[in-house]
Amino acid sequence: MASIDYPLEYPREDKAYSFSETLYSWVATVDHKRLGLMYVVSALLFLVIAGAMAVVIRLQLMFPESHVVAPDTFNRLFTMHGTTMVFLVGMPMVAGFSNYLVPLMIGARDMAFPRMNAFGFWIFLFGGLLLYFSYIGGGGLGGAGSAPDVGWFAYAPLTSKAFSRGAATDYWALGILVSGVGSIASAINVIATTVSLRCPGMTLSKMPIFVWVMLVDSWLILIVLPPLNAAQIMLLMDRHLGSNFFETQAGGSAVLWQHFFWIFGHPEVYVLIFPAFAILSEVIPVFSRKPIFGRAAMVGAVVAIGFISLGVWAHHMFAVGMTAWSNTFFAAASMLVGVPTGIKIFNWTATMYGGRIRYSTAMMYCCAFLLHFLVAGLTGIMLAVAPFDWQLHDSYFVVAHFHYTLIGGLVFGLMAGMYYWFPKVSGKLLSESLGKWNFWLFVIGFNMTFFTLHFAGFLGMPRRIYTYAPDRGWDTINFIASVGALVQAVAVACFAWNVLYSLKKGEPAGDDPWDGWTLEWATTSPPPEYNFERLPVVRSSRPLWDLKHPQDPDWKYE
Amino acid sequence: MLKHALIAFLQTNVPGLPEHRVANIFKPLASPGASEKEIALLTFAITGAIFVVVAGLIVYTMWRFRRKAGDDEHQEPPQVYGSNQIEIAWTVIPILIVFVLIGVSARVIASVENASPPPATAKVTLVGHQWWWEVDYPQFNVRTANEIHVPVSRNGNHATYLTLESVDVIHSFWAPQLAGKMDLIPNRQNFTWIDPSEPGVYFGNCAEYCGTQHANMLLRVIAQEPDDFKSWAVTEAKPAVDDPSVASGKAMYQSLSCVNCHTIRGTSSIGQFGPDLTHLMSRQTIGAGMLTNTPEHLRAWVNDPQVIKPGCLMPSMNLTDRELNQVVGYLETLR
Repeated sequence: MASIDYPLEYPREDKAYSFSETLYSWVATVDHKRLGLMYVVSALLFLVIAGAMAVVIRLQLMFPESHVVAPDTFNRLFTMHGTTMVFLVGMPMVAGFSNYLVPLMIGARDMAFPRMNAFGFWIFLFGGLLLYFSYIGGGGLGGAGSAPDVGWFAYAPLTSKAFSRGAATDYWALGILVSGVGSIASAINVIATTVSLRCPGMTLSKMPIFVWVMLVDSWLILIVLPPLNAAQIMLLMDRHLGSNFFETQAGGSAVLWQHFFWIFGHPEVYVLIFPAFAILSEVIPVFSRKPIFGRAAMVGAVVAIGFISLGVWAHHMFAVGMTAWSNTFFAAASMLVGVPTGIKIFNWTATMYGGRIRYSTAMMYCCAFLLHFLVAGLTGIMLAVAPFDWQLHDSYFVVAHFHYTLIGGLVFGLMAGMYYWFPKVSGKLLSESLGKWNFWLFVIGFNMTFFTLHFAGFLGMPRRIYTYAPDRGWDTINFIASVGALVQAVAVACFAWNVLYSLKKGEPAGDDPWDGWTLEWATTSPPPEYNFERLPVVRSSRPLWDLKHPQDPDWKYE
Repeated sequence: MLKHALIAFLQTNVPGLPEHRVANIFKPLASPGASEKEIALLTFAITGAIFVVVAGLIVYTMWRFRRKAGDDEHQEPPQVYGSNQIEIAWTVIPILIVFVLIGVSARVIASVENASPPPATAKVTLVGHQWWWEVDYPQFNVRTANEIHVPVSRNGNHATYLTLESVDVIHSFWAPQLAGKMDLIPNRQNFTWIDPSEPGVYFGNCAEYCGTQHANMLLRVIAQEPDDFKSWAVTEAKPAVDDPSVASGKAMYQSLSCVNCHTIRGTSSIGQFGPDLTHLMSRQTIGAGMLTNTPEHLRAWVNDPQVIKPGCLMPSMNLTDRELNQVVGYLETLR
């Protein structure tokens, strides 16, 4: 494995490369850092596309009975928005962050399987492009191109040939199937890397929590993606080979699809949020100047969340008419997730307690995460109370709830990670003043949109409707929510501008701008192809603390 | 046209019955909705208390331990690695809270799902179609659409049982002030029940995404005094009025493809795909709750439903003005 011949020498600062040489070096690379970057950059591009879709959705719903887009277009927009955000933004962010950082943090030269790593990225990207090709090749009812319009959950039998003509649904199934192969490849790689390539001295108990969380995340991906992929294949068989798994007209079961989908779909939410947990567990200690509080409990909590998350899926199905016993079981299991999640929030807070907190943009995003994720967790408890859920299910309350987890949680966590590691990746600091604009606009816009939408749910507004009458009590709420969406769009533009501006004119970062403690700060910014000149040897979970404080090293206490 | 629809929406009114257009789940007017509200408030109290404590702790920590201007850059705070006692405390307390919540939920789930509901006065089979509701009353031999007439149940003695089915994709019954959701799933039967305590028109929507016109699959539950309900059902059970003054219109209707999809009981029109039109004019709305049922709206709808409800399964009929007048003239007699 170690003797792979790289197709090109790693680019050198002092040498000029032609465009085609540069392009070739990126396309043919098997370097974990370049692949990680490509994952993150493609995820950001998909984020901009799906974010723009969200803005159009909000413009359509800004006023009652409006005509910004046609009904079918609206249905395609929310289908593609959800599908893109989960499979083409969230998943590659997991892969991108773990790819770039795991080898650096464990003192390895690369991932365990560099070429499989490249395969994973390209197959993911190809899956994403295949999904978007449906806009040209989908051949829906209108004859021309048509993106899928069956929702990101694609409930049977709306996906059967009878109700979903044309090829749009096939593009949906194939696109996700193909990009799912990439996610599995990347998960296997992360597991193999953390198991076999840790530097001398780094036992599992000394491995950074970031790496631990990514390891658990990869296991979870490995467990939950295959049921989804199997279900996609069954769906394609139904549509093309005459099988009847989900064909209710021929005796198939619509509820079966929901079980298959959510046994993937709910753990998937944890797959997506874990990278944010991982990032917070690195950023909060460094900016609070204290080690993580209760390291073992933090790791244990993530493992517990992973396990429990495998037994909660049917809380998405409280309204399909399950028995009282099943409803009670899934309500109980769902509430239990709150316990390890609570432990994490408490331990992050305890890490800050007694510290000397420096509020860089990265740390501000961590604090925003804590407060918003707390709200998300508590609305999650409300949804787990099955009788309450009979009212809240498929209403705008659910939309508000999961955007609190995925924006207030995941995206705020990812932003913290971007501000924290951008200096390592680029050698330049992101602008803090643009960062503050980015932060405040995002937090204010986000709450304008999603705090208000909880109330639309209380007033009976169902999800996925392209229009509503003016007299149902939903108009003011929707107007505020739409203005908030525009504010969020400006916030994301601030971030994009910050990245482009700082790449050109940012302050040089140096190797270790935050006075960090994990191994990635021990190498140059950006790191060389081989990461470390000499393999580091560690004695504790904060190797750089030990170096910087030889009189008071961590290994004395661990 | 759509402006038309909007004005019509504002004007819809059933004489004598208050309308509950804003369907606030915290203002329930039936037993299932009321017990859901009760547990909702309890959940709010518990989660609200947790929020105040934890958010207070986080904000206090954020403020109290910020780096201040005079702090020494190189002085690190005391390095604390954890505390077993504290961690055990904040593991055990949430577990206790969760167990309380689980117990309460289990009790309410059982009380709503297993407890025998009050004896039924009316039994309704609600069948989901893309994008309208078929409402059958097997007891009374009545079939109507989109407007579910039920008796008021003041002392819980006139409950209505609903059997939920679907002919195509999944839909979901949701009249927020009466009861939480229950899905209408093809190839499966679900059950729910309601017992509105006050007469009125209760608004709701289809709550499961079901395709192009999911947004306009609107629902009205019309709760009437038991006597009014009975007399309504008796009228609805009769075959269609045969008014000789619109014989030409009837002939025109029967010569067109309308008959393939619609039933008018007592005539040769026996299609099953679209709403039953036997007593079309007794309904308040057309287009699954989109438009008030006025002659102008009916004419516009028959002329081209695709303008009003794009994507709906009734095609533009491409009738001449004369044909349109005749057909609509006939439909208007179906009281």
